[in-house]
Amino acid sequence: MKSLPGAKRWLLVGIALALVASYFSGQFNRYYLGVWMDCGINIILAVSLNLINGHTGQFSLGHAGFMSVGGYTAAKLSLVYSPSVPPEWHPLLLCAGLLAGGLASAGAGLLVGVPSLRLRGDYLAIVTLGFGEIIRVIFQNTEAVGAASGLSGIPKYTTLGWTFGVAAITIYVVATLVNSTYGRGFLAVSDDEVAASSMGINPTRYKVTAFVLGAFFAGIAGALYAHHKQTLTPTQFDFMKSIDIVVMVILGGMGRTGGVILAAIILTWMPEMLRGFADYRMIIYALLIIALMMLRPQGLFALNFKRRGGGTA
Amino acid sequence: MCESHLPWLTNAPFSPKGGLSFIRNTLDSFFQQLINGLALGSIYGLIALGYTMVYGVLRFINFAHSDVLMLGAYAAFFLAPKVQQIMPLPGLAGALIVMLLAALICAAAGMLIEFLAYRPLRSRPKLTVLITAIGVSLFIEFTCQHKAVFGAANRAFPKLIDFPNFTFLGLTFTSLNVIIVIVTAALLAGMWFIVQRTRTGAAMRAVSFNQQAAALMGININRIITFTFGLGSALAAVAGVLYALGAPAIEPLMGTQPGLRAFIAAVVGGIGNLPGAVLGGILLGLLETFAGGIPGLSTYRDAIAFAILILILLFKPAGLLGKATVEKV
Repeated sequence: MKSLPGAKRWLLVGIALALVASYFSGQFNRYYLGVWMDCGINIILAVSLNLINGHTGQFSLGHAGFMSVGGYTAAKLSLVYSPSVPPEWHPLLLCAGLLAGGLASAGAGLLVGVPSLRLRGDYLAIVTLGFGEIIRVIFQNTEAVGAASGLSGIPKYTTLGWTFGVAAITIYVVATLVNSTYGRGFLAVSDDEVAASSMGINPTRYKVTAFVLGAFFAGIAGALYAHHKQTLTPTQFDFMKSIDIVVMVILGGMGRTGGVILAAIILTWMPEMLRGFADYRMIIYALLIIALMMLRPQGLFALNFKRRGGGTA
Repeated sequence: MCESHLPWLTNAPFSPKGGLSFIRNTLDSFFQQLINGLALGSIYGLIALGYTMVYGVLRFINFAHSDVLMLGAYAAFFLAPKVQQIMPLPGLAGALIVMLLAALICAAAGMLIEFLAYRPLRSRPKLTVLITAIGVSLFIEFTCQHKAVFGAANRAFPKLIDFPNFTFLGLTFTSLNVIIVIVTAALLAGMWFIVQRTRTGAAMRAVSFNQQAAALMGININRIITFTFGLGSALAAVAGVLYALGAPAIEPLMGTQPGLRAFIAAVVGGIGNLPGAVLGGILLGLLETFAGGIPGLSTYRDAIAFAILILILLFKPAGLLGKATVEKV
């Protein structure tokens, strides 16, 4: 991805492919279709977390929390308005849901980010983990969103076209942002905060921007997820979900969009493939994390799709 | 643990007719909550000591610490029948032997984790080590949940000691809670002695202050770090056994919640600071117990610890007893 026109071309290709795939999706096996939609949602989550954890070098463990904010907002919206909206307007309702979910999540991101982004490294990790848990506990105790039993009967609006279309937009926005002049600031903050601020970059501002944008896309992913799974419970968004997304980012290579996309697809398919070894699946998963950190901390798929701080790739 | 509500916060109207007996009951339940909170907080403090010591020498969060606590409880679970053949259980001597053996096993486990997972990564960025620690934690949890190991099911913890209720100054206490508080106080004193009054402790402080300079002074860094892990893990084992004694049952994920709270306690008290860890633990334990007694707040118990953590980090990032440091270029 060299320059803007190239990136735009890729965006259009991505959206077109998603729409074509969506058009033919009726002929696919429903099970595979479901898993591919999971892939699309996970790509959005991983790429948006990559903006925070990878490009900006902050360590957030609360992505599932933002996802849940978006998911619940959109699901509630659909549940309230879908009976009164004619069926041909339903895509528009989903669109509104995505936007509302994204904005609500971005708001939560701002609320969390402004105070906590003064912290660094493992402190930030534990605070974001804490916020994720707090958000979960709040949902668990709010009757309006079904408390512990959650929301069910959410209309199934999400299609392959929506997931991959939004994924293409997410990739486009993150990639072009980071490659822009403004976006170099993210990399600078990631490389050396003190040096960056001495060059006139405001690290807190960059961190909050990354955090809010990441949360926005996580919220959209949550909204898609809600209209895909059709039920939401607070336990779906626990610490493990955040870890799953983090593992996608580190497997793909922090700050490497191409690798992260590949990792998201592989890690979505892997549990499906390993269904026969369900007992060992999570053990393998944990060993994978440890082995990866020891042998290839830069990520398994460190492709040069977007090289960090290298100028031209 | 928090069954008794605080009368002045429940919906029951205050009745002046109750008079003296009302005050008496209120005071009674207040002190019971106090000792419950102290005991819970002491357990948090014991676990937090391990976090804080490891953070002191290596500057990273040992996520697997909470799983060492679980291993300690399981070690005691499997050891108790064996010990019972030599010593009568429930009994104080038998319980002490079980606890000591569990502590030894966990110390070995902690050292092994350090040797296998953390030592190869010592010169790597902090984030790499942090993610590895999460991986180690998940590995222990899921391995132990496997049916060939411990299985995911709950298991009833054996009764190591009798803990009858006893009455003191007209107030009723569970002796388990009193034992927990005493054990914590004794271990904290022991820890303070080791760190402040022994050569190994001086070496630990030196490593914590500046690893390179300590190495230049002839301190064997690896030995000190191994020792620190062993010590912290032994404390986690003791905490695990005490926690299991009061808990209805043990299971492979039992360490997660107290582990997280203890980590928060360590940060609240000022990470790297031993009395701070116990202070933070007791603070959290008390707040949680009293909040658990308030009907509207009890469902938010899980969030309270994190809310406190966030407040502390925002207003006093170095913790209550910690010293603020400035990053130098």
